[in-house]
Amino acid sequence: MSISLVREHTERLRPPRALWVSFPLGRPFGVPDNAVFQRKVLAAALAVLEEPDGPVIVDFPEDAPAETAGDDMEGWVCPVSFPKPPPADDTTGLREAVLAEIGQLAPWYDMGLERRGRTAVGLSGLAIEAAARFLDAWLAGETRASPIDGVGVIDALRWSAEDLKAFYLEAATAQPGTARQGELLDWLWLETAAGEMLKALRPVLLADKDPGIHDIGDFMLVPEAYHA
Amino acid sequence: MVRLADLDADMREFLAGWAVPEIAGEPWTPAVPAAERRVALVSSAGLKVRTDRGFATDSADYRVIPADKVDEVIMDHVSTSYDRTGFHQDINIAFPLRRLRELAEEGAIASVADFHYSFMGATDPRAMEPAARRLAGIMKLDAVNTVVLAPV
Repeated sequence: MSISLVREHTERLRPPRALWVSFPLGRPFGVPDNAVFQRKVLAAALAVLEEPDGPVIVDFPEDAPAETAGDDMEGWVCPVSFPKPPPADDTTGLREAVLAEIGQLAPWYDMGLERRGRTAVGLSGLAIEAAARFLDAWLAGETRASPIDGVGVIDALRWSAEDLKAFYLEAATAQPGTARQGELLDWLWLETAAGEMLKALRPVLLADKDPGIHDIGDFMLVPEAYHA
Repeated sequence: MVRLADLDADMREFLAGWAVPEIAGEPWTPAVPAAERRVALVSSAGLKVRTDRGFATDSADYRVIPADKVDEVIMDHVSTSYDRTGFHQDINIAFPLRRLRELAEEGAIASVADFHYSFMGATDPRAMEPAARRLAGIMKLDAVNTVVLAPV
């Protein structure tokens, strides 16, 4: 059976059995750190197997529960406070600001790693500071070489960027409790030097003659809602 | 919420206009009783064990995720068009292996497969058919009789 995130697509594809859920793309089982709700969704998915005939789409009857950041309902707050990032054309300032942010976030990242027992950081295999330096060097026009042995520059760019984003998001959510999706994305893309650096990098990649590098800038780097 | 009517205009237009492939026929296999279900997860989130090969932009193949290596899983998907903040907090929001184990412990299913799998869903699904057919045969070797396909 399959989970369906876009009912209209499932209606046209006609898989044998599907459970449509109203959750955002990227969240097929609802809400992070809510085992009860996730189990309810998974059980409902398996229950679709009891349908006598198909193709069949069953609608999961609940929206994802509202995300809260702790019992006090005051909303998520980043565990560290950053100064306003330097402007995009100040590549040296941005690099220094990103490295400073990484230093401040590192203890929180470590806390999150210990609590969760896992991390999504590691696509590039680079230390996070090295990944940030590579991206900054590309932004400043100082390099076109991959810093990763045996890996081409296109994968190196994409993986370094994904590691940087993962590091920031995991550090920001190190404490128990659930931050709202929008809050986290706004923080990353509007309040951090890393977000500013990646947004500044996007037009540089878009202008590149290599179609693979262009594509990273086009749809792999910055969510559309945060494009300049 | 992914009701098209609730999305912003650009994303709504993109998703509404997405060329859903035509798939002939209406395949149907009777489900085994719940007490006999050995369940595997198949994700399209570009998941892989940390040390495994990365996905290329147009990858049509899959990666194997041994059940005992779920804590080493990272995401290698090319798109920024879906939310990843949930995954960074809790892998079970997209790959609920721990929830599956709990269902097995409760007796809701018979067992959890030893191996699970992920494709990288930004590729045309028609290109994935050969790999998907091979994967079906491989899952049978693991005695899998029930699959939950989880998109992102």
